[in-house]
Amino acid sequence: MKILLTGTWEFPSASEMAPQMDALFMGLLVISSLVAFAVAGFIVVFGIRYRRGSTADRTPGHGSTMPIEIAWTAVPLAIFVALFVWAAVLYFQMARPPANSVEVHVVAKQWMWKVQHPGGRREINELHVPLGRPVVLVMISQDVIHSFYVPAFRIKQDVLPGRYTRQWFIPNRIGRYHLFCAEYCGTDHSRMIGTVTVMQPPEYARWQETGDVGTSMAAVGRGLFMSRGCSGCHSVRSAISAPLLDGVYGKPVALSDGATVIADEGYIRDSILLPNKQIAAGYSPVMPTFQGQLGEEEVAQLIAYIRSLTAKPETSP
Amino acid sequence: MSEPTVPLAHQFEEPAQQQEAATLGMWIFLATEVLLFGGLFLAYIVYRDQAPQAFAAASGKTMLVAGTINTAVLLVSSYFVANAVHLTTLGRRKVVVVLLLAAVLLAAVFLVIKGFEYHHKIEEGLFPGMNFHFPGGQARGAQMFFVLYFTMTGLHALHVAVGAAILAVCAGKVLLSPDPARLATMVDVSGLYWHFVDIVWVFLFPLFYLISHRS
Amino acid sequence: MNSFALQAAPQTGASELDYLTEQRTISSWLFTTDHKRVGILYMLTITLFFLIGGIAATLMRLELATPAGDLMSSPTYNKLFTVHGVMMVWFFLIPSIPNVLGNFLIPLMIGARDVAFPRLNIASWYIFVCGGAFALYAILSGGVDTGWTFYTPYSSTYANGHVIAMAVGILIAGFSSIATGLNFIVTIHKMRAPGMTWFRLPLFIWSMYTTSLILVLATPVLAITLILVSLERGFGVGIFDPALGGDPVLFQHLFWFYSHPAVYIMILPGMGVISELIACFARKRIFGYRFVAFASVAIAVFGFLVWGHHMFVSSQSVYAGMIFSILSFLVSIPSAIKVFNWTATLYKGSIRFDTPMLYALGFIGLFTVGGLTGLFLASLAMDVHLTDTYFIIAHFHYIMVGGMVMAYLGGLHFWWPKISGRHYPEILARLSALTIFLGFNLTFFPQFVLGVLGMPRRYHTYPDEFQLLNVLSSAGASILAVGYVLPLLYLLWSLRHGKRAEPNPWGATGLEWIAPSPPPRDNFSTVPIVTEDPYAYNAQAAEAEIRKEEGVHV
Repeated sequence: MKILLTGTWEFPSASEMAPQMDALFMGLLVISSLVAFAVAGFIVVFGIRYRRGSTADRTPGHGSTMPIEIAWTAVPLAIFVALFVWAAVLYFQMARPPANSVEVHVVAKQWMWKVQHPGGRREINELHVPLGRPVVLVMISQDVIHSFYVPAFRIKQDVLPGRYTRQWFIPNRIGRYHLFCAEYCGTDHSRMIGTVTVMQPPEYARWQETGDVGTSMAAVGRGLFMSRGCSGCHSVRSAISAPLLDGVYGKPVALSDGATVIADEGYIRDSILLPNKQIAAGYSPVMPTFQGQLGEEEVAQLIAYIRSLTAKPETSP
Repeated sequence: MSEPTVPLAHQFEEPAQQQEAATLGMWIFLATEVLLFGGLFLAYIVYRDQAPQAFAAASGKTMLVAGTINTAVLLVSSYFVANAVHLTTLGRRKVVVVLLLAAVLLAAVFLVIKGFEYHHKIEEGLFPGMNFHFPGGQARGAQMFFVLYFTMTGLHALHVAVGAAILAVCAGKVLLSPDPARLATMVDVSGLYWHFVDIVWVFLFPLFYLISHRS
Repeated sequence: MNSFALQAAPQTGASELDYLTEQRTISSWLFTTDHKRVGILYMLTITLFFLIGGIAATLMRLELATPAGDLMSSPTYNKLFTVHGVMMVWFFLIPSIPNVLGNFLIPLMIGARDVAFPRLNIASWYIFVCGGAFALYAILSGGVDTGWTFYTPYSSTYANGHVIAMAVGILIAGFSSIATGLNFIVTIHKMRAPGMTWFRLPLFIWSMYTTSLILVLATPVLAITLILVSLERGFGVGIFDPALGGDPVLFQHLFWFYSHPAVYIMILPGMGVISELIACFARKRIFGYRFVAFASVAIAVFGFLVWGHHMFVSSQSVYAGMIFSILSFLVSIPSAIKVFNWTATLYKGSIRFDTPMLYALGFIGLFTVGGLTGLFLASLAMDVHLTDTYFIIAHFHYIMVGGMVMAYLGGLHFWWPKISGRHYPEILARLSALTIFLGFNLTFFPQFVLGVLGMPRRYHTYPDEFQLLNVLSSAGASILAVGYVLPLLYLLWSLRHGKRAEPNPWGATGLEWIAPSPPPRDNFSTVPIVTEDPYAYNAQAAEAEIRKEEGVHV
């Protein structure tokens, strides 16, 4: 689609996925155009040749129509299956982020995008990312459904309230690109837009140290862990029986109803906000809910802290 | 069937066609009703899957005895209606009227028992959105259980009320008709509707009353 | 000669009063049970709703001529696209061909005096009007800004305006759909004339039958979904809002379980009309009659299994996405079969280019574009980029406006002599058909490009680089508006001044053409007996006829 459109309109392609998407688009466009022009061509030719009063031969044919019916059922079917496989393989790749990604937290709310980088740097309606490194966005909404859409990267993912969704990309061109909210979210939906800036990695590293930096997400989370009283129970010195959180992240947790879940962001978020939804085996449901007391950004900071306990188990409080 | 006296609407050619049209129409209508409840059953499946323990705990708060009595009440009423449908074709006016009115009476019993249950739930603070409180830390899942409980049994109760009204009208018409046999199609179609209402309850009863860990 | 022509003789009792003149009082219309009059009542009502939806669309296109959003505020714009969507989908497109042409034609085409349940039929119109009144109340008392899709938790918790009134209006209109669908299914099963076997049914009847199945099976799910949204919004009980313990994606599943089949409610009837038009104006039996008939059934069945393709980016699992994607490709096969069969019908025909045929050929072209762009959206990865952009808007307008509205207008012109007993002005009508075709393409083709470039839908303001394409689209919309107003004017004009129509002005086959124009209350004085297959056209005979006439003239 780049070839067709860049000449006329500004249409950047800035992620490693984009050229593959554009190839798929061109494939679809070529096939569709062939079919559309063939149908239109036949209509025009028949329309002229067999117009009322023309002298064309109209002797009815005598063969069975079954072969042609089967042909124009089977041929599209084969083409469609091929297209399906092509698109599905790409979609599958888009759903699997690489392991060494930069993880950026995005909180959507009416009508802005709030971004938190792992180093602590925050921004609003802006997203800065380093060139050539995979970036995973972990996204959640504070109110209604939004959708994080960067046309230049050819990516889009709905951002839901109450549940984390993710998407990833590898930016491969320096520049500034549109960020749109693509799911209608109310009055200022069309103003819930921003800019994605792709920078050289050294520049990105420098950028992370300047401006609205603060401390790292995990460090802020550690502060919250203390000040909100989490550490009162979730610690070795506690009189109350609560699970220790060192090394929990990413590990399977046995639940009281016999099921097992992986302790990912979603599970930890639920455990903070809806503590009785899933109870770890062997513990009683005594934890109070933090629903309405912690914002989505604070929850994300707490999760970052709990994750950091897995990376460095010796830093338990 | 003694049907030559059935009045034929102008669009029909013969009585059999008219009767088949009415029956087919009711079956299609019942298909739409199945899908109307179907959306709610889907919601039930999704939310029970998300909070199985809360659903089991909340189910313990329903009144099993009342639900069981209501199940029996509806099944018996369906038996009466099935007999009424058969006897209408034989023109047995009195028995049919008695059977239909008995079914209406049972429908009223069902609604009264349901009303007591609702009253009790509201007293207990189990009505969602109105000071809902549920012990044991399962309030969110339990509230969803009761949202579905009130919506689904409420919609069903509405159907019971409508069905009872239809049966009452049938009873009145049979009573006043010079030849009850000509009303066979009407009673038959109304009976289909009543059996449907009954069957929906047969599904609701286990989903709301029997899934708890009562022991 | 075909059997219909033989039957025609006893049917033309010229002195008989027709359904329009039989009784002339207002109450005779309001208490009618005549399927033809019910069809007319629907026609008047949906024309009103079309105008409301059309005015909303015009204002939106005016606003989008500039990127700044300077004509109106964003709440106003958001309310306008909600009005446009709700009016056009539920109060125009869904009832358009089924309730106007379907009501008028089904009994005529199958040789019946009326539908199976005439009182239910007029009741469905009253229910529809009642639903429309609720929707109009919601619009006039401040509007609703949810969009026609009512996504939760926006609609249930955050939206502005009378969401409940609007939802109740749609719910009530839904019951009218159910009543109509039920009536049509029973009518087609039980009211066919002697000899009218299933494979002698006109393809319009097949399409109405499958449409009715969808109406009956999908609409109740919408009803319960809207009830749940209203409960959550009205009483704060949590069903879909995660803040109250609900799941917002469940709403999308329930909504699209109805609304995707509803898309086929908005195209299958159009396909049925096109089959009638192509056969008549090409003077050919429809190529592959059984394939076209079964394609309708296949679309109705598969249509229920593809709702998840609206949710490829809404956090649905990758595997669910793959299943919905392949099924979406499969559902497009029967549509492709139809297009190929229509095109093949033209081969060795004797083709006339009267107004209905212009609409029919336009339909094939636009529907093909709409269908092919659907392949882009069924392709999982491609959909990620294109969904919720103007590409979607353009795609479904090619199907619904380029398809269904073209078919509705084509059918209206084709059967206008039967409905009104008058001819419409042919030259003016051809001119408006061309205007609509050109205006439509200019309006919606640029939107494909806008979508590929990434302009999201439902945007009140937009980045400057999208302006050129938006201006083109708005210019097209003004041409399209003119194209739609013209038929309204000349069809009204023809009621008084049009040439009187004979029973069968097009020389068409089909039972409706042996009844007088307009037909009497009971359609047929004697029950027609059908002895042969539909579309008994003969292109060679038609040509021979022309030669003979020319010979006479010379």
